[in-house]
Amino acid sequence: MKSNPNKSVRLARVILSLAGLAQAGSVSLLNASYDPTREFYRDYNRAFATWYAQENDGARVTFRQSHGGSGKQARSVIDGLDADVLTLALAPDIDAVARKAGLLPAGWQARLPFNSAPYTSTIVFLVRRGNPKGVRTWDDLLKPGVAVITPNPKISGGARWNHLAAWAASLERELHGDWAALARPEEAERVAAAQRRAQEDMAELYRRVPVLDAGARAATTTFVQRGLGDVLLTWENEAFLAVEKLGRASLEIVVPPVSILAEPCVAWVDRVVERHGARAAAEAYLRHLYSPEGQRLAAQHYFRPRLPEHADPAHLARFAPVRRITLDEAFGGWERAQREHFADGGHFDRAFLSRAP
Amino acid sequence: MKRGKGRNRKGWLANAALCAAALTVIGALVVLPLGVILAEAFSGGWRLWAASVAEPEARGAILLTLAVTALAVPLNTVFGVAAAWALAKFRFRGRSLLLTLVDLPFAVSPVIAGLIFVLVFGRSGWFGGWLAERGLKVIFGTPGIVLATLFVTFPFVARELIPLMSEQGSEEEQAALSLGASGWKTFFKVTLPNIKWGLLYGIILCNARAMGEFGAVSVVSGHIRGETLTLPLHVEVLYNEYNFTAAFACASLLAGLAVVTIILKTVVELKGARDAA
Amino acid sequence: MNRLKFKQNSVLPGFGLSLGFTVFYLSLIVLVPLSALILRSAEGGLEGFWRTVSQPRVLASFRVTFASALQAALLNVVFGVTVAWFLVRGRFPLKRLVDALVDLPFAMPTAVSGIALTALLAPNSALGLALARLGVQVAFTPHGITVAMIFIGLPFVIRSVQPALADLSAELEEAASSLGATRAQTLWRVVLPLLAPSILSGFTLAFARALGEYGSVVFIAGNMPMRTEIASLLIITKLEQFDYTGATAIAVALLALSLLGILAINLIQARAARHWGN
Repeated sequence: MKSNPNKSVRLARVILSLAGLAQAGSVSLLNASYDPTREFYRDYNRAFATWYAQENDGARVTFRQSHGGSGKQARSVIDGLDADVLTLALAPDIDAVARKAGLLPAGWQARLPFNSAPYTSTIVFLVRRGNPKGVRTWDDLLKPGVAVITPNPKISGGARWNHLAAWAASLERELHGDWAALARPEEAERVAAAQRRAQEDMAELYRRVPVLDAGARAATTTFVQRGLGDVLLTWENEAFLAVEKLGRASLEIVVPPVSILAEPCVAWVDRVVERHGARAAAEAYLRHLYSPEGQRLAAQHYFRPRLPEHADPAHLARFAPVRRITLDEAFGGWERAQREHFADGGHFDRAFLSRAP
Repeated sequence: MKRGKGRNRKGWLANAALCAAALTVIGALVVLPLGVILAEAFSGGWRLWAASVAEPEARGAILLTLAVTALAVPLNTVFGVAAAWALAKFRFRGRSLLLTLVDLPFAVSPVIAGLIFVLVFGRSGWFGGWLAERGLKVIFGTPGIVLATLFVTFPFVARELIPLMSEQGSEEEQAALSLGASGWKTFFKVTLPNIKWGLLYGIILCNARAMGEFGAVSVVSGHIRGETLTLPLHVEVLYNEYNFTAAFACASLLAGLAVVTIILKTVVELKGARDAA
Repeated sequence: MNRLKFKQNSVLPGFGLSLGFTVFYLSLIVLVPLSALILRSAEGGLEGFWRTVSQPRVLASFRVTFASALQAALLNVVFGVTVAWFLVRGRFPLKRLVDALVDLPFAMPTAVSGIALTALLAPNSALGLALARLGVQVAFTPHGITVAMIFIGLPFVIRSVQPALADLSAELEEAASSLGATRAQTLWRVVLPLLAPSILSGFTLAFARALGEYGSVVFIAGNMPMRTEIASLLIITKLEQFDYTGATAIAVALLALSLLGILAINLIQARAARHWGN
């Protein structure tokens, strides 16, 4: 008698899992991501599928990946690309999907830990082997005879981080790291002078840009393959990948003492996952990014993990120390940064157009 | 005699100059860029080239490109023949306007060619809501890719046929009709044989462009790996992964397909000429 | 009666069917989608439209695009007629092979062409270095844009001129020369007028195609605002800002300008036909 319930429980379990399989029809998730995450998500998807099957009695989850420029991906989702999850380069791109298409709530960023950014990065310098121009800091970029490669921030998400990192570094120097000054009304004059100085620095920086590519990887190709420029401003993870794939012997990474905390964000798209019956899987997929396994894989693929205790120390050792200024500190959040710097007539336009002869 | 020899010599010189000039142009503008592609494509040897082209994602992209081409080219061919019949054999009011409109897609940037289908079939487009209610997908799927390809390759066949048919006039058709042949019979027995080379040529151009289209398709594809990536988009993906050899291997495949179709055309043409003689 | 007025009488059948299908298919594939573009651009009102397209940066991009496309199309006439002449009249053992190569620019994905041309002409390439010694930089300058546009437009001119030239009987020229015309006179008075329509047609197509080109140009242009930024790139820039109205406004302006260009060429063609006809 005793073995019977056990048996029926097992049977019920089998039936349930079969039903689950049939019902979920093995869930398929479409992940719309940006260019630099290809290699990471290829590995992570495999790891997650295995983990998910173990946790859910063999439930199958399969993946479809779409990669492109972060803004272009957001636009595709707004126009009807049925992405279940978004893993993009910057929060404003996911905000746009929430605002323009109403596919997810405006407060999406509070749903997951660390502003929905499970891994972070920063902006570093990629230079030619031996660093012939001796570029170590942001000020060194403005030394005579240094040519800088950075893509167009109006098109490329990565370039926006480049621009903001350079601006923040300039402000940090002018304010001697006293970010609180930005909020003190009695310091308005000093702050305004610092901002003016930053604007001048940016104009000088952009004067050294010989080519304005449409994306981060195009800029890397210009720098590495075409031999243009002395410094490439790029994501840290992209710099590592470029060295790994394009030339350990000819390239070298320089991490400046200060840079920006770049937070690529993730979110599930409520209206799409509901229609696909994939909410549970999509949510688990993104939450698992914060698990020891997710964090370890992120670090392996050159993203700085939020929870470094889970990463392989050998992977962590590759990251040089850098003070990373946050967007909130220096710019008062994305919305303001976007409006003041990248809207038509903003700081980028002015800095760039001032270079015209 | 002396004068004739002089002329021959002069003719030889003129021919040599002409060959040199034309080969310089083709060499600099077509062969050199092609050489860059082939050099990179085969930089890892023949084996690596074959592996890049036979890899499952590349195979999927090749199949999708062939499927899209197989849909777009016949549709545009039927259109081209109909448009040429109406525009070349008849004179009517608004004819020149229609002629301009047929050429219009040439003047539209590929980026815009993709965008317009997003504006019509996208989520907030004209038919977006209607399609979503019925669970139908147009853009970010094969139908959108076919539409964008149709738009971009729209004028090729018509463009090739209209001048040809205008020039040929319609005396032969009139003769056939007066002898009692039906309209369709006249078309198939008289018109079609007369225009077959032009038609074939238009189809080849249309086909080449359909397989190689990048900009317009990129806007409506959604870039889903193994699903909505055509061969040109797959090339871009590989290139962006710094996998230059595989990228150029796939690109060389497109170049190869183009050259093969044109060689086939030449063979058919030569055979046709022999049969006629 | 009405029908007679609408079209000249013809004994050929199938007018209704072929015209009906042509107009239907044209509307479906081209006109309806393009009207979506125009309507979307009108969302900002006439004033908004004007504000977008009259920005200095947009105007500069139109200038760059038009100047490069015009240059490229003119050069393509020279190159195209030369190659077409060679393909029709030249004596060369591998002519068929050259004939097959002509269409390659059509078949290559534009991005691939752009990458190949950039690799060929970049300052660190052999050709780029040789040109630099002559004081010329092609890649990442306006010349680069022109080169890419020449590449994509060349087949249009060749394939327009080639059949017309093939139809032109050599006897006509011989007759002219036997009547005492010099070679130059024959070319100028006899051959050119007969080729003019097909040359213009090829020029128009190459020009129109160059105006809209994106994929091959962005790799080699350098994309510097006010200097080497083409109109199609600005459309992409607007789209990346989620500004569809602005993007479609630039697109409509570009389209209108290129149609005006084509119209102007058609008028020249009509006038030239009259002139040479006399």
